[in-house]
Amino acid sequence: MYYNVLKILKEGLNDNKGWKKTWQNHEIKKKYDVIIIGGGGHGLATAFYLAKEFKIKNIAVLEKNWIGGGNVGRNTTIIRSNYLLNENEAFYEFSLKLWETLENQINYNAMVSQRGVLNVFHSDAQRDSFVRRGNSMIINGADAELFDVDKIKSIYPFLDYDNARFPIKGGLFQKRGGSVRHDAVAWGYAHAADELGVDIIQNCEVTGFKIKSGTCVGVETNKGDILANKIGCAVAGSSSVLMSKANMNLPLESHVLQAFVSESLKPLIPGVITFGAGHFYISQSDKGGLVFGGDIDGYNSYAQRGGMDMLEDVCEGGLALMPTIGKARLLRMWGGIMDMSMDGSPIIDKTHIKGLYLNAGWCYGGFKATPASGWCFAHLLAKGDSHSLSENFQLDRFKNGYMIDEKGQGAQPNLH
Amino acid sequence: MIIDHPLLGPRDASEFIYLGDASLLNRPNWDGKKSEDNFYKYLYLRENVAGMHKELWFHQQGDRSWLVISRNTVTHEIFKVELATEFKKNMGKSND
Repeated sequence: MYYNVLKILKEGLNDNKGWKKTWQNHEIKKKYDVIIIGGGGHGLATAFYLAKEFKIKNIAVLEKNWIGGGNVGRNTTIIRSNYLLNENEAFYEFSLKLWETLENQINYNAMVSQRGVLNVFHSDAQRDSFVRRGNSMIINGADAELFDVDKIKSIYPFLDYDNARFPIKGGLFQKRGGSVRHDAVAWGYAHAADELGVDIIQNCEVTGFKIKSGTCVGVETNKGDILANKIGCAVAGSSSVLMSKANMNLPLESHVLQAFVSESLKPLIPGVITFGAGHFYISQSDKGGLVFGGDIDGYNSYAQRGGMDMLEDVCEGGLALMPTIGKARLLRMWGGIMDMSMDGSPIIDKTHIKGLYLNAGWCYGGFKATPASGWCFAHLLAKGDSHSLSENFQLDRFKNGYMIDEKGQGAQPNLH
Repeated sequence: MIIDHPLLGPRDASEFIYLGDASLLNRPNWDGKKSEDNFYKYLYLRENVAGMHKELWFHQQGDRSWLVISRNTVTHEIFKVELATEFKKNMGKSND
């Protein structure tokens, strides 16, 4: 089904009775060329680019629950490419470029809104590090601007500029950053993949791998065995649990990250703002709710809910940055399970088992990476070797010493 | 979460700092034949189980003791809290 204006007009006159399902339910085939485990943003994007860019036919996406129920619907919807290290920045800039053309690619309104991402800084030292980051962004083809206080005041007059402890001294601004309706990303990729013949199979949990003499030839699921030539795993926080079925230990810990939404307010925050002195980021959704978040809770967790102490910590950060939101009431909060890696950077690589590929370790930055992650993982699955932008995201880099440690925290996942 | 400290009784988890899997107590020998591989596994690889997990917590806002906590990572239920020194004594020697 192709969405366009004429169709909307026609259905408007037709009581909206002619719409078909966004994607179809298919019978499971006995064998596929490629199986993607995980029907989240990354898995669906992988399937879409495999079909569209790499002309692979006969693909299945297996989802344990329902499409849009995992981390792709549990984030704060921010897109940006403001990293320091070349390995990350080039990749995330590619992702941002894909976001810019996403809606035409998938024929779906994902509400991509490049409303600008502002990281405020509070000291001379922090300014210097942000300038360095901005330069790294520009070198890698992204956009970055240094804002002085007056410039920020013209956009965000309500920030606490003269806070005694953390006065705002300026900010690093990326105009092309912004936000995207996250559910629509899942639905849009599912829709587009389905149009290209990908079988999207929900409520299908992988319970094991069929491995014959070092080669993975299929998966065992609650709906029976399915064979495949290649199997790609993109299950975020559940990566360790899934890969343990192939007797692999990963350089990952699973942690819970909470996100929060306030009641709907009149337009207040035009873009995305992050606090430089604590971990706090905020934007306002088109429905008017303030969408904000902070740090992970900090201990291994597979529960999609977190503790109240982190809620307090996040709100303290928010009030230090913008006391004006103090009277807004909290409407909803939820948690998602993050695959925190040992250096804070992702993994897109093959494994030691032939035919078995891994996409994991996105920490709490996976949403913005969705298109590039899908593209690079599809490249790896289709061609058998890494895309140039993800060639550093190797599984064995921890053994070889080629860590990509953006924050310089070392092998301590809850600090990344 | 409430952590039932073996010396101080029930304390809120926000008083503690989390380090990670208690396997970090099991430091490999530095001069064994497989030391390089063992240190790689020790430092970077985790079982990261969904279920019962033995893990290290530091009582930073309290008596600054290290604890080994047995906790279910799916339900956050805590089953056992031990002093890390006691746990280490009962753990035995690491193998190379």
